[in-house]
Amino acid sequence: MKIIGETKQLISDIDIFWDTISRSALAFRSGIKHYLAGRTEKFRSDLEDISKLENETDTMRREIKYKLYSHMLIPESRGDVLGLLETTDNVVDSIKKVLLQFDIEKPEIPESMKEEFMELTKMSVKTVDEMVLASRAFFREISIVNDHINKVHYFEHEADKIEEDLKRKAFNSDIIKDLSRKVQMRYFVEKVALISDEAEAVCDRLSIYVIKRSF
Amino acid sequence: MEAILIFLSSGLFLGWSLGANDAANVFGTAVSTKMIRFTTAAVICSIFVIIGAVLGGAGASDTLGKLGSVNAIAGSFTVALAAGLTVFLMTRTKLPVSTSQAIVGAIIGWNFFSGFQTDVSTLVKIVYTWILCPVLAGAFGFALYRLIILYIRKSRIHMIRIDHYTRIGLVIVGAFGSYSLGANNIANVMGVFVPVSPFRSIEIGGIVISATHILFFLGALAIALGVFTYSKKVMSTVGSDIFRLSAIDALIVVLSSALVLFIFASEGLQAFLISYGLPTFPLVPVSSSQAVVGAIIGIALGKGGKNINFSTMGKIGIGWIFTPLASGIISFILLFFMQNVFMQTVFN
Repeated sequence: MKIIGETKQLISDIDIFWDTISRSALAFRSGIKHYLAGRTEKFRSDLEDISKLENETDTMRREIKYKLYSHMLIPESRGDVLGLLETTDNVVDSIKKVLLQFDIEKPEIPESMKEEFMELTKMSVKTVDEMVLASRAFFREISIVNDHINKVHYFEHEADKIEEDLKRKAFNSDIIKDLSRKVQMRYFVEKVALISDEAEAVCDRLSIYVIKRSF
Repeated sequence: MEAILIFLSSGLFLGWSLGANDAANVFGTAVSTKMIRFTTAAVICSIFVIIGAVLGGAGASDTLGKLGSVNAIAGSFTVALAAGLTVFLMTRTKLPVSTSQAIVGAIIGWNFFSGFQTDVSTLVKIVYTWILCPVLAGAFGFALYRLIILYIRKSRIHMIRIDHYTRIGLVIVGAFGSYSLGANNIANVMGVFVPVSPFRSIEIGGIVISATHILFFLGALAIALGVFTYSKKVMSTVGSDIFRLSAIDALIVVLSSALVLFIFASEGLQAFLISYGLPTFPLVPVSSSQAVVGAIIGIALGKGGKNINFSTMGKIGIGWIFTPLASGIISFILLFFMQNVFMQTVFN
């Protein structure tokens, strides 16, 4: 009976882990939206939420790792599962760092670039959402994992295009005058786009795990 | 009593080696993939091997009796010793070996030595069963693999839950596999001693325990001893020489081979099939190792048939011919020595 309870608890822990990642992505989108709109208080609240969520994912990852090893569960796949959770943790770390950097540097995003900057944010968040769906499917329905991974590749590519466009606008137009601000703009554009790259890196690993686990 | 034990020792040795090697076919992958602890596996295996041997061992043993009823205890000792030696020598030379084939060869060796006629129809039945055993296990492996995978895909069960169910499944199927191993293979260990059983039936609380049951119980104890003393080593390497099996593959392999061993051992199933006018399976001791290889090939075919090492099947073929031949010759030579050097009656 004990092991049934432990199995249930572990499944629930893993589900909550992915919920937390989803919530971090949502909080990130909300944070950037509030920042661009100049709603500082709400932006700070999102940043606090993300910090809490990041701590939660760390704790949860450690707990899952402990349970997997101490109860000798899924011996063939636990290394892969832990690898997946660890690389996913990097995504949340990046999300937190980007938002924290916004709070520290307070970059000035020109009005004419705000919409596209928000578009870049949404695209990065979409890659994270699809990465979460792919990862959830890995545990329950392995045959559809690749459908989500393909979407991640697509959104990441779209994010790259927006990233390039924003950088060109920053450097090849008069929208931003100072070189220092141009460089700062490039830095933030790259950091937001990096989230989609990291989600893609998670999916690259995942696609190998899928091959290993394919029946 | 001491003399009886000395004469039984070759059968008990055969039992020990069966426990040491064949228990790995039942629980090896589960233990090597760390799904079940060795002690748990060994306890379950021993209990169910004993139950299987005592309750279900008579059928396959009768068939061996029909092939050649060794009628002197020194003869039985020598026949079992020849089979044991063959298993030992072939294992040392890394040739695939089956206790079932070794004992059949040794009995035929005794038939030749004693001048008794070998029942050709029984021999044909046995040989045809040996071929049928891996083929049937392969068919079970293929079908079970497809069914289980289809179920997993449709039901969207969580990976952790699948792991949990697989673990429970491995214990249940392992217990069934151990029962089938005991029921089917006890004939190899103690079958040749049945006609010359030194024991008498005893009655405990109104239940009569026959001399054969006592004999089978002793043989099963020897198997259990083999499981506890030596099978851990074998279990840790099982499967790696063919290919790495997943826990679900292991479950299917054990279930498939257990079903085959059960089919060729169960008098109940035979009676059931007869009652419905269906064709029956002969009750013959078969090789659990070959059933395992058959089941693994079945799974590999279920996965699309890639990377199958067909040389393994060739090796089984060599085993079919070489094991009974070697065992027959060794048996003949040992019987000669037993009769002419140690002055023992090896047949009446």
